Amino acid sequence: MNPTLTPANAVELAEAVRATPRVLAVGAGTKPRLSAVSCPKLSTLKLNGMIEYEPSEFTFTALAGTPVRDIAATLAECGQYLPFDPMLADAGATLGGTVSSGLSGPGRFRFGGLRDFILGVQFVDGAGRIMRLGGKVVKNAAGFDVPKFFVGSLGRFGVLTEITFKVFPAPASRLTLLLAASEIGSALKILTTASSARWEIEALDWLPDASSVAVRLGGPAPALATLAQEILRRWPGRILPVAEADALWAGLREFERTPARPQGQEKTSLIKVALAPENLPAFHESLAALPDARAHVSAGGNVAFVTVADGTEVTVLDQQLSAQKLAALTLRGASPLWLGARPNFKITAAVKVALDAGNRFPGLDD
Amino acid sequence: MSTALHRLKALLRPEQLLVRPEQLAAYESDGLTAFRQRPLAVAVPETGDEVIALVRLCHELKLPFVARGSGTSLSGGSLPVAGGVVITLNRLNRILRLDPAQRIAVVQPGVINTAVTVAAAPHGLHYAPDPSSQSICTIGGNVAFNSGGAHCLKYGMTSNHVLGIKAVLATGEVVEWGGVSRENVGPDWCGLFTGNEGLFGIALEITLQLLPKAECFHTVLAGYCTLEQAGDAVSAVIASGLLPGAIEIMDALALEAAVAAVHAEYPTGAAAVLIVELEGPREVVAVDRVRLDEIIAASQPLESRPARDAEERLAIWKGRKSAFSAVGRLSPDFIVQDGVVPRRRLGEALRRIGEMSQEVGIRVANVFHAGDGNLHPLILFNGRVAGDLERAEQLAGRILRMCVEMGGSLTGEHGIGVEKNNFLPDMFSAAEIDCLNRLRDAFDPLGIANPGKMFPRAEAPVLTQHGLHPLEKAGLISRE
Repeated sequence: MNPTLTPANAVELAEAVRATPRVLAVGAGTKPRLSAVSCPKLSTLKLNGMIEYEPSEFTFTALAGTPVRDIAATLAECGQYLPFDPMLADAGATLGGTVSSGLSGPGRFRFGGLRDFILGVQFVDGAGRIMRLGGKVVKNAAGFDVPKFFVGSLGRFGVLTEITFKVFPAPASRLTLLLAASEIGSALKILTTASSARWEIEALDWLPDASSVAVRLGGPAPALATLAQEILRRWPGRILPVAEADALWAGLREFERTPARPQGQEKTSLIKVALAPENLPAFHESLAALPDARAHVSAGGNVAFVTVADGTEVTVLDQQLSAQKLAALTLRGASPLWLGARPNFKITAAVKVALDAGNRFPGLDD
Repeated sequence: MSTALHRLKALLRPEQLLVRPEQLAAYESDGLTAFRQRPLAVAVPETGDEVIALVRLCHELKLPFVARGSGTSLSGGSLPVAGGVVITLNRLNRILRLDPAQRIAVVQPGVINTAVTVAAAPHGLHYAPDPSSQSICTIGGNVAFNSGGAHCLKYGMTSNHVLGIKAVLATGEVVEWGGVSRENVGPDWCGLFTGNEGLFGIALEITLQLLPKAECFHTVLAGYCTLEQAGDAVSAVIASGLLPGAIEIMDALALEAAVAAVHAEYPTGAAAVLIVELEGPREVVAVDRVRLDEIIAASQPLESRPARDAEERLAIWKGRKSAFSAVGRLSPDFIVQDGVVPRRRLGEALRRIGEMSQEVGIRVANVFHAGDGNLHPLILFNGRVAGDLERAEQLAGRILRMCVEMGGSLTGEHGIGVEKNNFLPDMFSAAEIDCLNRLRDAFDPLGIANPGKMFPRAEAPVLTQHGLHPLEKAGLISRE
């Protein structure tokens, strides 16, 4: 069993990094495949709390180990929110883990994903130096955009200690529609048509049961009622009662509809696939050939969260993704970390050297 | 003739390589006219492969190169390097793909910003980033400097709209990151590349996200007795929970210029004018505008005026967007600054700029993106008066330092370039600058890609005064 270090602040964390030849930071462990590397772990859970929050600035800065659930609650008290629906909030996901995994939820459809709201980071590099790059204001173009690079970097280039985000005022109300879409053709039609429509949809997801598209609107209640009627005149469906709608989105955010077992006992893997609407027909066909596979297609057809049986099914999926030039990342389960197309450029190694010359953190392929 | 020129000639047709002084003159400077440098040559590639071959040759010969689009950089981002080659990308100006179902455009770096929106418009889509030079600046330049515009609070900067990049790095390596999907797995390389100020390499193909054009706008123009009142109105709008597409303020001096230039009709006697624009589905705007109108009415404006139709809306924006070049009517020369302060400190920042301005006897007009705290002080001076330029530069430097001290940034959208590189240590520690330097070395170990930009230098570049950019004089571009 590898030891877990639990520093209480950035300085202690930097010391722990310097004292440990090989180490990987972990948060709440809600995406266990991302840190399934045999080496000592450095927990960020004691780096917990909001440091600065200025509602009038639309920004906050929090320590990396802060649960996103707590952040969402603090923001909600001031009528604000992170529009990209951070995933696994109820499961305890931390802010740092959310950034490192690069995961955004259904709400990323309207205003963009996590990458579009991160403004600045404080981090510890491979030499144990504490640095702050990016900024704390909503607009900043000074220096290279290292904060964005950390999105999806899986802790392989540095350990995040503090993160600054942009936030938005939350809409006055929300309304969710469920539209019938039992085959790929009708689902695709809804996804692409609704994406360009005047309604300014907040979330647009083809559900894992592959029988309906969920549409979420946000704004003043009377306006949403009118928009919903217009959408329902176009496609058959219904308005979900509030409690049912909340449960639907929470279930998607928490992967309840595409579950995978805890690391070590898994028989299935949970995989994120980046794609575009144009890839959906072939992608859907690939999944249909795998009896145990299910997909939650989110963000208007720009990402799919797939559960698939480990072993042969994963191997087949990997080949199919490669053939379709799609890239994927395993969040939970025993599948290889990366699936599908994965171009390898020399610059990746060079940037690794720039931030972690001694390979103190594992590489993207470890 | 030098070896470099011989080798460059071998790569291109004769008319694609400019070497004569009269040909090079047009490329000596960019939107930051105070800096000037003659390059060895200007290469005019027509294909991505020619760009790749040029960069690989530069790498082989350790020859510095500077990529250039329309040369509108306000931080001197495309200032040539002595003895180096300028690679101008204007002929790579094709939109390679426009796909309304995926809501994307794939463009070459020389495509003009507005050309993307023009191409997308028939499908009800648009490209959101709108720097004031958008009718002339290129997407390649926008990507290199992470350009902004008037709608950044809601829509973000260029970086937030770049989904994929094919680029040739300074090492000659050709990379392709991202693509049509709005999502990604692994590190966000497109995010790191955007805003590299030409220090990493040259983008050859850029995949941009397109957004549905807002159905309905509600644009309000309000005049106030003081700048502070206008600032308070902004705070009230923000506190209300509304998310306007744009919030802009102009002060009295900027108003005077705009009125003189485009006969814009602004409330008489106003010390500040506020523009707030809501956008969205008509049903949403109908509800939100009632709240906005109440907030504006409660902020005690001298006068407030909602645009009644598209024509009035365009007139409001024309006055706003012409303010910069219009200032040229008030002063023979001016410097545009681009600092950011936390929004709650806008009033304080403006008061201090006013005090500094009085102290040194140099006039400053203020036009700014109030929604995101992005200040654009226009520092007016006369280059023919001995010492005026230096005093203006000093004032600009003091304003920048004030922005950083207040917890803001050296630049909201113009970049560091050659203009602000010596201020970088005011914002970042030695260790942080060292880290940025190591990243730069990873992409460009020889230091040949746009050297002299972003990072502090031992020697200051030669500062001269050449007045307004010719296109600026003609009112075709503005500095913002």
